[in-house]
Amino acid sequence: MSSALIFTTILIIVIFTITLVIAMYSTYGERKVAAFLQDRIGPNRAGPFGILQPMADGVKMFMKEEIIPDMSNKWLFILGPCIAMTTALMTSAVIPWGNSLSIGGESYSLQVTDVNIGILYIFGVVSIGVYGIMIGGWASNNKYSLMGALRASSQMISYEVAMGLAIIALVMMTGTLSVKEIAAQQSGGNWNVIYQPLGFIIFLVCAFAECNRTPFDLPECETELVGGYHTEYSSMKLGFYLFAEYINMFISSAVISTLYFGGYNMPFIARFISDPNLLTLLGTAFLFAKILFFIFFFMWIRWTIPRFRYDQLMNLGWKGLIPLSIANIFITALIMWLTGKVS
Amino acid sequence: MTLSIFYFLSFLAILSALMVVVSKNPIHSVLYLIITFFAIAGHYVLLNAQFLAAVHVIVYAGAIMVLFLYVIMMLNLNAEVEPHKSVWLKSAATVAGGTLMVVLVGALRTSASVGSPLPADANIGLIKTLGKTLYKDFMLPFEISSILFLAAMVGAVMLGKKETK
Repeated sequence: MSSALIFTTILIIVIFTITLVIAMYSTYGERKVAAFLQDRIGPNRAGPFGILQPMADGVKMFMKEEIIPDMSNKWLFILGPCIAMTTALMTSAVIPWGNSLSIGGESYSLQVTDVNIGILYIFGVVSIGVYGIMIGGWASNNKYSLMGALRASSQMISYEVAMGLAIIALVMMTGTLSVKEIAAQQSGGNWNVIYQPLGFIIFLVCAFAECNRTPFDLPECETELVGGYHTEYSSMKLGFYLFAEYINMFISSAVISTLYFGGYNMPFIARFISDPNLLTLLGTAFLFAKILFFIFFFMWIRWTIPRFRYDQLMNLGWKGLIPLSIANIFITALIMWLTGKVS
Repeated sequence: MTLSIFYFLSFLAILSALMVVVSKNPIHSVLYLIITFFAIAGHYVLLNAQFLAAVHVIVYAGAIMVLFLYVIMMLNLNAEVEPHKSVWLKSAATVAGGTLMVVLVGALRTSASVGSPLPADANIGLIKTLGKTLYKDFMLPFEISSILFLAAMVGAVMLGKKETK
């Protein structure tokens, strides 16, 4: 029993480190992708190809003067970025990062915890993430921050509805709320995106909105709202808010890959490799390849598509995506009934 | 272990529930209420009702409290603009609340203990069991309550709509 506990502890530390490193290098990747799309070179001064740029940014963030506004609510001002960071890191607990490894005759699952309501757990964490922004924006005691926070939170709770409805269709199809089981059901190229293309598109759009990414990055708006909810933040507290966005992007990519793109499953490869441990590790690598593709996709969209106006954003959410996702549920139910999956 | 977690969660729930009432700042009240909800969700997990805990966090802490916070931030309530209640009203409220407490204590004093709080069936709170119970045994009440929610939603939309003339 204790060896399982040790393995889980190591797994948690490894996942934590990987999450932070990928989020750190996403900031570098974002600039390189932007530079590529705009026909520039991008950061190339710190280290070869500029790969030390994230460290330089980190040092810069830590060295900046820490300013807490005089009239702000100090506790809540500090609590805001803490909540944003904590909730961003919490979701990775239920994502299956691979099948199970067998070491010394015992098998260990590459998932920190397999709760039977994994998807709802992800949802709960996402819905708490709003508080980081809201509390931070309000505690700054600045009208721009408050308006930015209200924008961000109303955007997030609006798109949570459509996201939930898109997932309901998926859950109806798979018949389980456990993320591990959903990943396991998609073995052999049997990916959910084939059966749920509309649900996938809705989920993807909502993921963009939940991460406050372009074209839905309305909370931050220099012309109207200065910096949005983090106008008053400086130093590493600002860094936490920005960093949480990149972690959220990584986690969203992981959730999309797991729910719709087969997770750690690799089609056809099981025929050639018989060693289960090697297969598991290859599957994990494959999952990370998918995740990196989706992170690239997030960036690609950001530097390609112009942003929405706020009323367009709300119209798309409430009048476009929610009816569409309800229609998706009905179509899924109808097809399941016609094909005799349910009586 | 479970017992100490239970006591910790109970302490947290009661303390933050008290702070909801005591806090001067309405934003702080809402934040304490969120902590209370989390403590209650923890109780659900202890009772093996994971689904209920998750839904409790998503619906209450994640959605309803955000809207509460939203409205309070928009209204910009603070101690200065709070309407001042008269001493007469305050003492009447104290007497009424105290009477309620006396009645509750009097009613509960002689009641028998329920026994172990742990459920007899360990799977009772899992989503499969819950879904089967809801959709088989309580189908009609469940559907009726969903229609009630739909009616409330339509009513809210109608009230929020602009008058067209």
